[in-house]
Amino acid sequence: MRTKTNWLVLGLIAIGTILILFPLYMTITIALKNPEEMTRSVFAIPTTFHWENFRNAVKMTNFFQAFRNSALVTLCTVVLTLLTNSLVAYAIARNMNRKFFKGLYFYFISAMFIPFPIIMLPIVKLTSALHMTNLVGLTILHTVYALAFNVFVYVGYIRSIPVALEEAATVDGAGTWGTFWRIIFPLMAPINATVGILICLSTYNDFLLPLIIISDQNMYTLPLVQYIFQGQFNTDFNLAFASYLMAMLPMIIIYLFAQKWIINGVTQGAVK
Amino acid sequence: MTKRLTAFYWMTVPAVILFFIFMTLPALQGIYYSFTNWNGFGKHYDFVGFKNYINIFTDNNVGNAYWFTFKFAIVTTILINILSLLIALGLNAKIKFRNFFRGIYFLPNILSVLIVGYIFNYLFSNVFTIWGKNLGVSAFSTNILGNEHLAWIGIVIVAVWQGIAFNTILYLAGLQTIPTSLYEASNLDGASRWQEFWKITFPLIAPFFTINMVLAMKNSLMVFDQIIALTGGGPGRATQSISHLIYTGGFQGGEFAYQSANSVIYFIVIAIISVLQLKFLQGRETDM
Repeated sequence: MRTKTNWLVLGLIAIGTILILFPLYMTITIALKNPEEMTRSVFAIPTTFHWENFRNAVKMTNFFQAFRNSALVTLCTVVLTLLTNSLVAYAIARNMNRKFFKGLYFYFISAMFIPFPIIMLPIVKLTSALHMTNLVGLTILHTVYALAFNVFVYVGYIRSIPVALEEAATVDGAGTWGTFWRIIFPLMAPINATVGILICLSTYNDFLLPLIIISDQNMYTLPLVQYIFQGQFNTDFNLAFASYLMAMLPMIIIYLFAQKWIINGVTQGAVK
Repeated sequence: MTKRLTAFYWMTVPAVILFFIFMTLPALQGIYYSFTNWNGFGKHYDFVGFKNYINIFTDNNVGNAYWFTFKFAIVTTILINILSLLIALGLNAKIKFRNFFRGIYFLPNILSVLIVGYIFNYLFSNVFTIWGKNLGVSAFSTNILGNEHLAWIGIVIVAVWQGIAFNTILYLAGLQTIPTSLYEASNLDGASRWQEFWKITFPLIAPFFTINMVLAMKNSLMVFDQIIALTGGGPGRATQSISHLIYTGGFQGGEFAYQSANSVIYFIVIAIISVLQLKFLQGRETDM
């Protein structure tokens, strides 16, 4: 019975995907229509493609600037997080028998329970006092806040790497830093992929942190732009949806190519 | 060996300092300000002791935000877990195009919560209303986000649509850890599908059930982006979540100190719920 395809289940699963895809279908078609076509039918596939919606949205929201900002913050956060968080976790994982490092471990991971609103109000004061209300500040904050979860994930992984490898390297005269960068870091590739994917998704899509610390419009990220321009989109839904679609498209394209890795990465991150 | 240890200290110290400045210090400042009457921008403020905390317990807006947030979080968590478990069971069955379907169900997870909210905002006001009228369902023939009693359901729908993605993938990972030989044995014993699920499948994916419940609950309690995109907390304050109240009151309402007190309470509530959930659900895991 279990060897042949279960058509009932297949049918139900297929119906479910329609519910998932419907809002995305609407997003794409509305972004390509004009108001006249909308009044004819909201659901129909557009007869002519109104690419000017995208041109207008690019001009109005300064799309390329926002895209550059989002891409820059996301890329820098991913690189910085992988390099620094793994290093911190390595030092902790190899010294869990020492009180100081064990204390650090619990210090970092306990922050996973702190809801962002409790630090939200003071962080605004702090970042403006330190002149960090910019993309650099955003990158630093993302990297620092990632520590809580990443230390937890990394330490678990590093402890599964045999210490013998490092001892051999030490005998050969390698220092602690050299051992980490040349031997341990390359061995961490699978967990780095997981962490990198999670950080990439959460940084690119983050709205609350840019909302509270960025005020210069040259530094708006993509989600922030959608929020700021809500009033100006007004009832021009075609323009608004073109803007939404462009903001989501980079991540959708990455997903199309790296779907397997992304799904595996996210699963590993949660199961660990 | 001491040189090695020094290196280890240097690896962590910068991170500890940064973490302290940007995480621990703001949290402590928040607690400090919660005992003052600072409005967030003035130069002068006084200590008021526990006055903010006492006022919070009699504040209707706060009570209202807690009521909405909990109602929303509980319903969303339950719906997400039931639906994603069903989908995961479907995807784990012998069906064609499994990877394709898995890819589609996970897609919402990679999208911006805020933008998904804006898209649904339009659907609620201009598309679902058409169906409501055609089907003659009066409750859905007008925009439910504009209805004081129904707006929260709209937010649940959006949160569930997007939240299912992550939980489905986790349940699927859990289901794939169950050896097929167990099902073969139960088939020989003549167990029904229903018995099979409750006696084999569910107990074996209990750890995944725990993670999913805790994560979905925590995310729902922090709901913010959806509120901004869908209702702005309205109509009135019908859908104002705790995060949204802290944000608007703290930044725009001149209630910096007062909302700091609110966020301290919010933190305690979330911590207690997370710990209780873990204790209760892990206790069940070992029972089964």
